[in-house]
Amino acid sequence: MPFACIFVPNFPVAAVSRAEPELRALALAIYEGKPPMEKVFAVSESAARMGITPGMTKAQAELCSELTLRPRSLLQESVAHAALLDCAQSFSPCVEDAAADTAILDLAGMESLLGSLLEIARSLFRRSAELGLDGNVAVASNPDAAVLAAHGFSGVTIIPSGKESESLGSLPVEVLFANRCASKESAEKETDQKKESASLLETLDRWGVRNLRALAALPQIALSERLGQEGLRLQQLARGAASRSLAPVETPAVFEEAVELEYPIVLLEPLAFLLNRLLEQICARLASRALNTQELRLTLELESFSFFNQQLSPPLAIDNRQSTICSTRPEQFHRTLSLPLPMLDPKLFLKLLQLDLNAHPPGAPILKIHLAAEPARPRSAQGGLFLPPSPEPEKLELTLARIAGLVGESRVGSLELLDTHRAEGFRMRRFASGTAQKRHAQKNQLRKTLEPAEEKSAIAALRRFRPPLRATVTLENGELVRVVCSKKKKEQGSVLWKAGPWRSSGDWWEREAWSRDEWDIALQNEEGIALYRLVHDLLSGSWFVEGTYD
Amino acid sequence: MSSAVFSTSAAQGRPFVFDSENDAEVCPQAELFTEARPPQRVVSATFPAAFKDAKLAGITPASRLAVRPAPEMVSSGIAAMDTLTGGLPRGCLTEICGPASSGRSTLMLSALSAATRRGEYCAVVDASDSLDPQSIAAVGIELDRLLWVRCGENSPQAEHRLEQLLRTTDLLLESGGFGIIALDLGDLPPQTARRIPLATWFRFRRAVEPTPTVLLAVERQSIAGSCSSLLIKLGSLKLSTPENQASPTPAHAQLLTEVEITAELVRSRMDRKPVRSAEITFSSKTAWARMKEITR
Repeated sequence: MPFACIFVPNFPVAAVSRAEPELRALALAIYEGKPPMEKVFAVSESAARMGITPGMTKAQAELCSELTLRPRSLLQESVAHAALLDCAQSFSPCVEDAAADTAILDLAGMESLLGSLLEIARSLFRRSAELGLDGNVAVASNPDAAVLAAHGFSGVTIIPSGKESESLGSLPVEVLFANRCASKESAEKETDQKKESASLLETLDRWGVRNLRALAALPQIALSERLGQEGLRLQQLARGAASRSLAPVETPAVFEEAVELEYPIVLLEPLAFLLNRLLEQICARLASRALNTQELRLTLELESFSFFNQQLSPPLAIDNRQSTICSTRPEQFHRTLSLPLPMLDPKLFLKLLQLDLNAHPPGAPILKIHLAAEPARPRSAQGGLFLPPSPEPEKLELTLARIAGLVGESRVGSLELLDTHRAEGFRMRRFASGTAQKRHAQKNQLRKTLEPAEEKSAIAALRRFRPPLRATVTLENGELVRVVCSKKKKEQGSVLWKAGPWRSSGDWWEREAWSRDEWDIALQNEEGIALYRLVHDLLSGSWFVEGTYD
Repeated sequence: MSSAVFSTSAAQGRPFVFDSENDAEVCPQAELFTEARPPQRVVSATFPAAFKDAKLAGITPASRLAVRPAPEMVSSGIAAMDTLTGGLPRGCLTEICGPASSGRSTLMLSALSAATRRGEYCAVVDASDSLDPQSIAAVGIELDRLLWVRCGENSPQAEHRLEQLLRTTDLLLESGGFGIIALDLGDLPPQTARRIPLATWFRFRRAVEPTPTVLLAVERQSIAGSCSSLLIKLGSLKLSTPENQASPTPAHAQLLTEVEITAELVRSRMDRKPVRSAEITFSSKTAWARMKEITR
């Protein structure tokens, strides 16, 4: 049974480079610790060539002018680790989360689906590069041999079955202990393991055992007498003969990307640049799992300005944001983008986020960006030659966002009538082209069975005035004689014909009770005769012209 | 000799060399170009005269060139209007103009109802936010298929609403996929509506031409000029109730049951011959009168 291993060397540096690709070409050093005792934790190859080593203090490293320093980001490392697992799980359902920088895949049965082992390994290599992780890929007949090969050889390595000992022989013995350092153990256990590893390495060095070939050649009984079971285990690994089954991991489908900024961002344009990068990474991870998304959640950590809030007047401080304020921790700004259908287009998502942020700006400098996508199965749509035209969901969503930016979010959408007799008993809801199709098919069926063939006749429509026009009504002997609207001179005149009143009322048990008399009247105005609906509000005693029949 | 002969030959990639069997029909000077000489794409000095008698197959005179196909017509939802106009043309701008209470909104909503029943999506760009939801439901429009854009929330100025309407229309035309896009300018003052430059209407027309969308503009007066392919003018409301009855029916006994609409087809580019103005009168019932008919 073949197994593959993806190993990302120098993982802390790789995680930071994934978030900021422009740092790949520079000499980069990652530091951690509390100031002023920050120490270099990991260095890139170019920084190592310049003489920067892990363990140096930050102050010492800063003496090198060509060096770029970044703090260690556990958040970015966890995001990179999630991307690594996504990459592995796009090739095999059985993946072991061996370490933060290592994933092992069971490739049994995958050859018939994905091609030869070499093709699978190359695809894995390419996919991990697409996700921003430059890793080594190795394939062997057992997991441990694959791990050793991935740690020891760069690029893509295939170890034929039965040739493990021969292939791994040239690797240094240090490679046997490399996986321990990056494993997810507690700090105390990690320290103990490091001590044990150092002791074993020292012993092997004193014996003159420098590579795995030499370790494999040692007599077993003598080795077990001196190093015990651990020595035997190491020899089995060196021979590539260790056999074990994988402990597959069930990772929750969480697609999140985050980036912490060194300097706060004030403008939306650089924010869009970073959002584009995060969206591309999230979409690549979703695509690797053949998933789309129907919801994007953006969380921005803002620079706390509670100090400034005390100085400014309340209307100037915060404006039109959904956020919580805490004077002791940074402020958070949340926006949620709900899509009508599952989609996977990073450019579209970026545009929608930009439009949303333009309409609802954060209002404070941004320190950290966190983006999460809710996974959803891709939509399946069967097109047809004879179907009527309908808007493309992606284009429509962008168009609606742009229109909302022009007229307001609540002013664009489809109608929903409320269950009330109150005038203007409706609300606006989201317009989506896909949802109407199913209901249309159902309604069509119903219509064919219940309704006879339609008669093509017209139904008189009302045009409303919003807000209704306040009117002054002249009555003679209780009869309507003249209607005058002060705000709209055209909608006034003598009453030529009237029908009514029709009384209606409702919601008397609520605060917004209503009671009104409606009249249909014909007025002679400047342009001619027009039909209006006149309303007498019985609660306030006011008269309104509500609309015109047109 | 017509220029169409030249252009057709060039379009078909025919070299200006004649076959040997055609040589006899060509001017005698063309004999200079015999088989002994290698064939050259050379035009003789008597070329115009040569063409006069030449039999060139596949050349269509300009007068017989095919005209642009007529646009597809869809029902307006009202049988009388379909009889008058033949329906509403796809890929064209249709104007419906008239004063208040002439039936503009009735026609617009009927067209939208017919379109949504056909399974199409429609959009209404409402410059004055005047659509009545109850009327929409009464006409039978499928609410899920109607996009309503309500202009002018925070600004009562007509110019600002007009700007929102024009920009929204641009976005909708660019998005595509709508069966009808209706621009409701009915309550805008004519002097404001006339501020829309003709170039804008031309742009809308060009944008809608290659699409199956019906672009419908409802206004008080015609403002799109020659950009509209169909112009329907609605007449003012006429009261049929006599005003000077000795004992008029009291108001509480009156009921508005129907409104007469007079529609005149002023212009239609669907027919090649110029259209004489045709007029038709039909009635539109109120929703409650229609319900009474149905429940009988």
